[in-house]
Amino acid sequence: MKAIETVSLTKYYGKKRGIEGVDLSVDSGDFFGFIGPNGAGKSTTIRTLLGLIKPTSGEARILGKDTRGELCEILKNVGYLPSETVFYRGMKVAEILRLSAKLRGLDTSKEAAELCERLQLDTDKKVEELSFGNRKKLGIICALQHKPSLYILDEPTSGLDPLMQREFYAILKERNAEGATVFLSSHVLSEVSRYCKTAAVIRDGRIIACDSVGALGHTGVKRVTLRGLKGTLELSGIRDVKTEGDTASFLYGEGSRSLAEKLSSLDFEDFTVTDPDLEEVFLHYYGKEATK
Amino acid sequence: MTLFLHELRKNRASLVIWTAALSFMLGVCILIYPEMSSQMNEISDMFADMGSFSSAFGMDQVNFGEFMGYFAIECGNVLGLGGALFAALIGVTAISCEERDGTAEFLLVHPLSRGSVVTNKLAALVVRILLLNTVVAVITVLCIFAVGVDADFGKLTLIFLSYVILQIEIGAVTFGISAFVRGGAVGIGLGIGFAFYFVNILANLDERLDILKYVTPFSYADGTSIVANGTLELKYLAIGAVFTAAGIASSYVKYSRKDIL
Repeated sequence: MKAIETVSLTKYYGKKRGIEGVDLSVDSGDFFGFIGPNGAGKSTTIRTLLGLIKPTSGEARILGKDTRGELCEILKNVGYLPSETVFYRGMKVAEILRLSAKLRGLDTSKEAAELCERLQLDTDKKVEELSFGNRKKLGIICALQHKPSLYILDEPTSGLDPLMQREFYAILKERNAEGATVFLSSHVLSEVSRYCKTAAVIRDGRIIACDSVGALGHTGVKRVTLRGLKGTLELSGIRDVKTEGDTASFLYGEGSRSLAEKLSSLDFEDFTVTDPDLEEVFLHYYGKEATK
Repeated sequence: MTLFLHELRKNRASLVIWTAALSFMLGVCILIYPEMSSQMNEISDMFADMGSFSSAFGMDQVNFGEFMGYFAIECGNVLGLGGALFAALIGVTAISCEERDGTAEFLLVHPLSRGSVVTNKLAALVVRILLLNTVVAVITVLCIFAVGVDADFGKLTLIFLSYVILQIEIGAVTFGISAFVRGGAVGIGLGIGFAFYFVNILANLDERLDILKYVTPFSYADGTSIVANGTLELKYLAIGAVFTAAGIASSYVKYSRKDIL
C-alpha cells in the first residue's frame, strides 16, 4: 500500500495556479522529502492531501483511502505539522495537547509528557507566551503524540535550534524505524539529503523530479573545478560559476564529451569533476532560466 | 462533544459580559419603574400621542403607564437590540474566527468532518443564546418581585420566547454568513443586527413599508404587539423560520466545500 498517491492533482485558485498535474507516490515506510522554493506549490499540495483545500481536479489517496470521501478515517492516522502553527489564545500548552488528543478521542498524556520532556517544552506556559521555536515544538508534539502511521510535516525545522532539530529528527527516525511514513517539505537541502530516502522536487506547481536522494544526484550535471586557470572563463552552458583567485568552479550539464572539448580550449593546471550535492541539483532544477 | 465544550469554554468571558450587561440594564429598567410610574400617568398619553414616533416604537399599541406596556417598550429596546447584537456577533464569528485567528488549520486536521464542526459550533451558539436569556429572564423576574409590580407572566414568557427565537434567527443568518467570510466579520454581524432593528422601525413608521416586516425578525419579536394581542405574528414567524433554516443550511453546504487557506 502506498502511503500517499496522487493522480494529476490540480488546484487553481480562481485563475491562479496552485499546483498542476501533481503525480506523487510515497511508499509506506518511506522517509520522503518534498523540495521546492516558496510559492512552488509545496503547501498547496500538502493542504490538499489533508483536505483543507479541495482539488480542482485529480485525486489523492492517503493510506489507501480517498481524501474526498474518507478524510476522517485518513486524519485519524495522520500527524500534521503546519509551517506556521497557531493555537487558541489563552490556553496552556498542556490544555492544547489535551484538546488535540480529545478531538481524536484519545488519551495520549503519557506520550505527550515524554515528548515534552525530550523537546524540553514547558507545559504550564500559555501559548501566546511561547517563542516561535517553542510554538513549533508544541505543533510537533500535537502531530506526534497520537503515534500516527503517516507524518506530514510542512517545513518542520524552521525556528528550531540545531540541538532541537537533531532531537526532532531522532524521534522521526525512531518512528520511521517502527514503520511509520514521514513526508516532509523543506527548502533546507542538507536536511533532506541527510535524512530522507526519497525526494521530489516541485517547481511552478509541477513535480519536475522524483527519485531516491542518491539517484537525484546523478542528473548528468557535473561540478567542475579548475585550478590555476589563466585568462577568463568563457564557456557556453555553464552556470553557478564561483571564482576564487585562479580557481573557478561551475556546473555543467551538457554531457562529458562536450565538456572535454570545451575544456581543451582553456588554459589551466588541474581540474576535478564531481557529482554535485543535492543543493547543486536543486540549483540545477531551479536555475534553468538563470543559465548563462 | 469536545469541540462543543471547547467552544463554550473559549467564549465564556464574552458570554458572561453580555449576560451581565443585559441583565443589569433590564434590571435597572424594572427597578426604576415605581419611580417612573408615579409620573407616568401624565406622560403616558403624550407618549402614545406622538404620531409616527409612537408607532415606530409601538407606543401607540400599549399603555406606557402600565407595567407590561412599559416593560414591552423598554424590553424591546434593551433585550431586543442588545440580544440581536449579541446573537449577530457570536453568529458571524462562530466559524470565521478560526480562519481569522489561524486556528482552522489546527482544528481541521483532527478527524472531524466539516459537518460535525458546523454542528458543534451551531449547538454551542444556541446554548449560549439560551444561557444568556435564561439568566436575563431569571433576573427580570427577581426584579419584578422586588418592586412588586403587577406583571402578566404569560405575556412575559411569550416576550422572552420571542426574543430567543429572534436571537436564534439572527444567530443562524449570521452563522451562515460566517461560513463564507474569511477575516474579521464583526462589522458585518453588527450591521445586520442594527439593520434588522431599523428596518422594523421603518416598517412601523409607514404602512406602505409593511412588506419590510417579512424581512426582519423584530416584526414577530415585538413586545408591544405581544402585550396588545397576546400572540406572536405567525406569518412573520414562519418567514423567520425559513431564514433560520437557510442560514443553517448554507453554513453546512459552504463549509463542507470551503478551502482553508
